[in-house]
Amino acid sequence: MTNTKSKSLSGSNPKNQLSGWASTLINIFFVIYSALCILPLLLILSVSFSDEQSVMTHGYRFMPENFNLAAYRFLMKDISQIVHSYGISLTVTVIGTILSVIIIALYAYPISRNNFPQAKYFTFFVFLTMLISGGLVPWYLVYVQMLELKDTLWALIMPLIMSAFWVLIMRTFFKETVPEAVLESAKIDGAGELRIFIRIVLPLSLPVLATVALFQTLTYWNDWFLSLMFITDNHNISVQYFLYKMMVNIQYLSSNPNAMAEITRAGGMINFPSETVRMAMVVVGVGPIVFAYPFFQKYFIRGLTVGSVKG
Amino acid sequence: MPLPTNRKPIRTVRNFSIVKNLRTYWMFYAMMLPGIVLLVINNYIPLFGIVIAFKTINYQDGILGSPWTGMKNFEYLFASKDSYIIIRNTLLYNSLFIVLNMALPLGFALMLNEMKNRFLSKLHQTIMFLPYFLSMIVISYLVYGFMSDERGYFNGTLLPALGLDSVRWYFTKEVWPIVLPIINTWKNMGYYTVVYMAAIIGIDEEYYEAATIDGANKWQQIKKITIPLIMPVLTIMTLLQVGRIFNADFGLFFQVPRESGALFPVTNVIDTYVYRTFLTVGDIGLSSAAGLFQSVVGFILVFVSNWVVRRFNRENALF
Repeated sequence: MTNTKSKSLSGSNPKNQLSGWASTLINIFFVIYSALCILPLLLILSVSFSDEQSVMTHGYRFMPENFNLAAYRFLMKDISQIVHSYGISLTVTVIGTILSVIIIALYAYPISRNNFPQAKYFTFFVFLTMLISGGLVPWYLVYVQMLELKDTLWALIMPLIMSAFWVLIMRTFFKETVPEAVLESAKIDGAGELRIFIRIVLPLSLPVLATVALFQTLTYWNDWFLSLMFITDNHNISVQYFLYKMMVNIQYLSSNPNAMAEITRAGGMINFPSETVRMAMVVVGVGPIVFAYPFFQKYFIRGLTVGSVKG
Repeated sequence: MPLPTNRKPIRTVRNFSIVKNLRTYWMFYAMMLPGIVLLVINNYIPLFGIVIAFKTINYQDGILGSPWTGMKNFEYLFASKDSYIIIRNTLLYNSLFIVLNMALPLGFALMLNEMKNRFLSKLHQTIMFLPYFLSMIVISYLVYGFMSDERGYFNGTLLPALGLDSVRWYFTKEVWPIVLPIINTWKNMGYYTVVYMAAIIGIDEEYYEAATIDGANKWQQIKKITIPLIMPVLTIMTLLQVGRIFNADFGLFFQVPRESGALFPVTNVIDTYVYRTFLTVGDIGLSSAAGLFQSVVGFILVFVSNWVVRRFNRENALF
């Protein structure tokens, strides 16, 4: 149940297998589909390694024409901004994920305990947030006017820490994997609740902790919405938001000839390799996730199996 | 019905039990405290903010001091042509997404499960999962790579090769009701396939062995064994989406069409409307009204769909 390689429908029974041609069709189908999942990224990668001039004349191609590294060299010139954005993204992701796993687990444990009489109220307290919301405006005002967190990293971290969904998944996991008898005997031996939680429950629950950590890492790393809402200051720009701003700025420049003229007059560069640089930036932004994801995926599958148990 | 005459003692007993409860379980409360604080900040305080929808906000008087306007904001919202468009778009897209997110990954999972070569099956799963890890910003760049006017792959290479004229994709609203579902499916396929795959693998092999002995073919096995046994997972995954049918994927509708005004008739959904009326136009009242409408209808939909599922099978319901 925990891994996918255990068995298939046909499995041990050789009579119960698909005919040769059906099997071939399925194989061909998946080769095509898998290709469709990779090709868009290859297009971007190819453009980033292309010469700006040939991209301008021939458009985006899957094979880089006049292979060169001009775009990456250009990015290196302004490396400080990129390094800084990476720093912001990493900080938010690491702090956010750690806090998130700790706080979710701390909340999920008491509501998983059968002998805690208030468990059902606190379960409802978190479940209700999945059903109702005050909407974007009041939520925004709480962060900006009440807590005054505009332009701070906390505005990028706090909104995503508590996730009702993961609280309920974790609660189910605690309930199913940690036998009540073990908790009882630990209690008789004189262990306090916190001690039981740290020494017994957490070590038994590593799969679900890993899953929540991985999903939260992904959520934090890929978030741009919170930046869009709360970040106006150029200092706190994460990688994703940097990509977003780049898209918006270039769109603005290309749709606005006056702005172009303005820049030239001010002595700015008009001939920088905009197309290839943009795509090189995407490659830089995608980088860590793409390298990490095959590793992530293994755990995701295990975690999703956990997740398919009703909360 | 006689009321209890000695109310005071009861209350004392209850107070006593609260103290006792706190004394026994104080560690549990302490553990939950950070979570409770965050839920209050993120979810419960904003609930009080729904009064904004019934007010004309001016910053001088603050939220509480601003004058009430009753249902004015709602009247204005529903009188505008926008309301019809955003509700229609949100519902149609999300309904389509729910169907696609169920049917296609289920088919994929069934086929992958039949694949004899386990290594290939795993490899395909891994590759299919890739889009799920990309942010909507990155996806908007990928789409741009194919669909931009002058240099996009479609206009630059594919269409000329087929002898067709180029299309100004970001100004042609007819194509987006097809493009957006394709992108959504492409992004989420890996995730849902793996969820269904995990459920299928959990099924006991003996069912299939018994079925083959009775002479059931593949199709009969899928219909009579696989589908019924993964029904709980299918229902819950679908129910979770139905509950959010009034909440569109903001990133998909905001980033991918690159805010092209020409596309608004087919890309504007409640979420993007709320965002734009609030942060771009600055109409707090109208935006809140739309947001409140979204929450209330969403809430009702969750309850109705859950009730329907309960009627068929109590076990599969969310609550």
